[in-house]
Amino acid sequence: MARITLDGIAHSYPRSATMALQPLNHVWEQGRAYALLGPSGCGKTTLLNIISGLISPSQGRVLFDGKDVTLLPTEQRNIAQVFQFPVIYDTMTVGENLAFPLKNRRMERSAIRARVAEIAELLDLTGDLPRRARALTVEAKQKVSLGRGLVRADVAAMLFDEPLTVIDPALKWHLRSKLKAVHRALDLLMIYVTHDQVEALTFADEVVVMKDGRVLQVASPAQLFERPEHTFVGYFIGSPGMNLMAAKVSDHVAHVSGQDIELGARYPKIKNGDAVIGFRPDFASLSPEGGIPVQVRRIEDLGRRRLARVALGPHEIFANVPEGVSIGGGQAGLTIQQDRLFVYVDDELVLGDRR
Amino acid sequence: MAAEVLSTASLAEVQSPARPRRAFRLSNLLPRIGFAIYLLALMLPIYWLINMSLRSNEEITSSLAFFPHHPSLEKYFFIFNDPTWVHAFMVSLTYVAINTVISVSVALPAAYAFNRYHFIGDKYLFFWLLSNLMAPAAVYAMPFFNLYYAIGLFDTIWAVALAHCLFNVPVAVWILEGFVAGVPREIDEMAAIDGYSFPRFFIRIFIPLIANGVGVTAFFCFMFSWVEQLLATTLTATDALPFAAVMSRSYSVAGMDWSLLAAAGVLTMIPGALVIWFVRNHIAKGFALGRV
Amino acid sequence: MDKPLNNRAWFMVAPVFVLVLFSALLPMMTVVNYSVQDSLGQNQFFWNGDAWFRDLLNPSTEIGARFSDALLRNLSFSLVTLAIEVPLGIAVALCLPRGGWTVGPLLVIIALPMLIPWNVIGTMWQIFSRADIGLFGAALTGLGLHYNVTQNAISAWCTIVVIDVWHWTPLIVLLTYAGLRAIPDAYYQAARIDAASRWATFVNIELPKLQKVLVIAILLRFMQTFMIYTEPFVVTGGGPGSATTFLSIDLVKIALGQVDLGPAAAVSLVYNLITLTICWIFFTIMTQLDRRRYA
Repeated sequence: MARITLDGIAHSYPRSATMALQPLNHVWEQGRAYALLGPSGCGKTTLLNIISGLISPSQGRVLFDGKDVTLLPTEQRNIAQVFQFPVIYDTMTVGENLAFPLKNRRMERSAIRARVAEIAELLDLTGDLPRRARALTVEAKQKVSLGRGLVRADVAAMLFDEPLTVIDPALKWHLRSKLKAVHRALDLLMIYVTHDQVEALTFADEVVVMKDGRVLQVASPAQLFERPEHTFVGYFIGSPGMNLMAAKVSDHVAHVSGQDIELGARYPKIKNGDAVIGFRPDFASLSPEGGIPVQVRRIEDLGRRRLARVALGPHEIFANVPEGVSIGGGQAGLTIQQDRLFVYVDDELVLGDRR
Repeated sequence: MAAEVLSTASLAEVQSPARPRRAFRLSNLLPRIGFAIYLLALMLPIYWLINMSLRSNEEITSSLAFFPHHPSLEKYFFIFNDPTWVHAFMVSLTYVAINTVISVSVALPAAYAFNRYHFIGDKYLFFWLLSNLMAPAAVYAMPFFNLYYAIGLFDTIWAVALAHCLFNVPVAVWILEGFVAGVPREIDEMAAIDGYSFPRFFIRIFIPLIANGVGVTAFFCFMFSWVEQLLATTLTATDALPFAAVMSRSYSVAGMDWSLLAAAGVLTMIPGALVIWFVRNHIAKGFALGRV
Repeated sequence: MDKPLNNRAWFMVAPVFVLVLFSALLPMMTVVNYSVQDSLGQNQFFWNGDAWFRDLLNPSTEIGARFSDALLRNLSFSLVTLAIEVPLGIAVALCLPRGGWTVGPLLVIIALPMLIPWNVIGTMWQIFSRADIGLFGAALTGLGLHYNVTQNAISAWCTIVVIDVWHWTPLIVLLTYAGLRAIPDAYYQAARIDAASRWATFVNIELPKLQKVLVIAILLRFMQTFMIYTEPFVVTGGGPGSATTFLSIDLVKIALGQVDLGPAAAVSLVYNLITLTICWIFFTIMTQLDRRRYA
């Protein structure tokens, strides 16, 4: 069982001027599920490989339960990793695949058999145990890869590097729920790298959002949704993401495109008043009149809700259309929930004075 | 296949992971020593030939030495100044070049057709091509002799160039087909949508995409044609003698002119070494005939 | 993989077809022609039916004995060289670095023997194996061995094997190396996480993934050893006696030396048939492997 501590970790690749990973400190608690979320090139795979030991960080230390493992190779770190595509041993049966890590660690045969049966049961692979691993479907192969990681009882953490990439979209949910079931059953620390926010938000207890080698925010999915601390987090998460508009903020009012929007707090210290205000479409609604005047471009009926694409001056934003309200097209009024209206300076969230 | 593409995409993010240093162990050292011995054994006969070429015949027959006592390039100068030798080398280079051009040009459309389309008899045709790759030159020596004599091409570079097509064209088709397979079909479809006529698409878009494949194929055609000597000597007499025939004549009157033979041998290695240097980044894949 | 049916593709294949037809089928027709005829000299032929073939396949006739001897020599030669070259080639490929600037030059050095014209290889080793002027010959006789390529059959045999191994192991090295490079890093990483030993990694990951490449390698090498001509011809001339007279050498002797067209043609056809059969077997294996991969 382990908590993994990253102490001042930073990394830049040899012969590269830029830092792949900016200095960061983080503690991964035992038994929790984390997601590393971000676009391609944000450094999430680098971070994962530093934790697993496939990369030695340029700076900083990695600690497993307080023990410095920075220089320890992967095989001595008690981690297991699942890759983007199923990595199985073609010539072996499923059972032999699962037994392989235990055989190499010289566990005795009956114990191996018992453990393999246990894990196969957990992953619904019991019937496949005698079959040749290469004859399985991609999804089943990925389960075998997962199984090989779980079969070692001393595994401290399971690391996932975009494991659903090659899975058929229709079957992704099945594997995702399997992962969650495994997490509940085995109480393991799991770290899951992905660029898909749906995967991250449904899987993780806590999400680490990254961009360009920096950690932007670490929070639960709900918090990321309700209080993004960085414009990128607001924009990246949610479908559609947060509306962001450049504005001039003076005290408690934001001036956008000739309109004055009342903010829920006072912001006295903004330099030149240059800021970006953000709010999620889910916390903004349209009505035929009242509120901030906007031009209605289109209303999309998505079944569960209606989304309106409107324009405030040059800014194109999204807003909810509440049930029962009908908008005639042309003009409408936008109302934004004040406690969900955030102000960002230099992309970072600024807290106002709510008195 | 998609998996491999994806793995390189994520590896691009990771670049070259720095592995923690491994302990200095005997199990690491032994393979390295074995490898070094192999390389040494590889180079030794070649070195010996170079050694021979720099020594005079008297020196060779009188003593066995690792280094030439009085190294001299006289045999090389002799070869460069002797019209028979020069002609022979030019002949060889020429028929190899002609053969490479022919083989690659006819193989390109064929490789494309084999990969992209299904047509009547395609499997059998491919197999037949493959089997000609394995054709024993000895079997064809006599028939070729008669054939090229009959059509009046005997003792010309064209005879050898065409004869080598027997195995070089299948090689070219096979290797190119592997590279054609690496180009996604979507590109063909896009070009068709964009209004390209097929010839224009093929020449301006497709061939540049498999440029290294073409290079590798040309290398292999060059190689197989350059090294093959049985057909080359059988189909020539006086006008189009390749260097192999001239070399075999050095076994004559005054015993063996070892030094001259060695010098000629060393010279024949140079074109090969040059060509391989140019395609060195692709030869591994090419040797797998593009089909890894 | 679904390919559209398009018989117009024949136009694209036509030049290849014509060229190889000219090079292969046409000559073979003359060979077939000769194989069923006998001659009284001066270009007068008469029908001989399958007489040549029956003679050929009957080991008690002179030509039958020659043929079966040569065939046996070829087969044992192929087996011995393959048994040495394949493990050696794989071992060397495993030693090559995975990347970096040294790979290019190393591959060039390793590939060099394959670029040397075959008669030059013969000449090179002819010199190298002589006890008076060659390092190899001198070293072996210096060690006290009765090494003499021209007089001792075993020496001749061993030398030809060594030459072939020297000449063609690089092919296996390069093929294997290409195959190894195609294995994604993730497999090696997974093996490390599974605490697999180097040997276990080789047997369970590398070898299975090298299957297709190895089949190609073995096919090519088997065929090449089966057709070997120039090197033994230059180094031993087929001797001593007929110790190293392989099929090709024998065939050329009969065809161009004795100009015995009938028997030569018969030998050619049977020889070609054997190579075709082996080719077909390997082709089938390869398409099976392909099919399994895409399954």
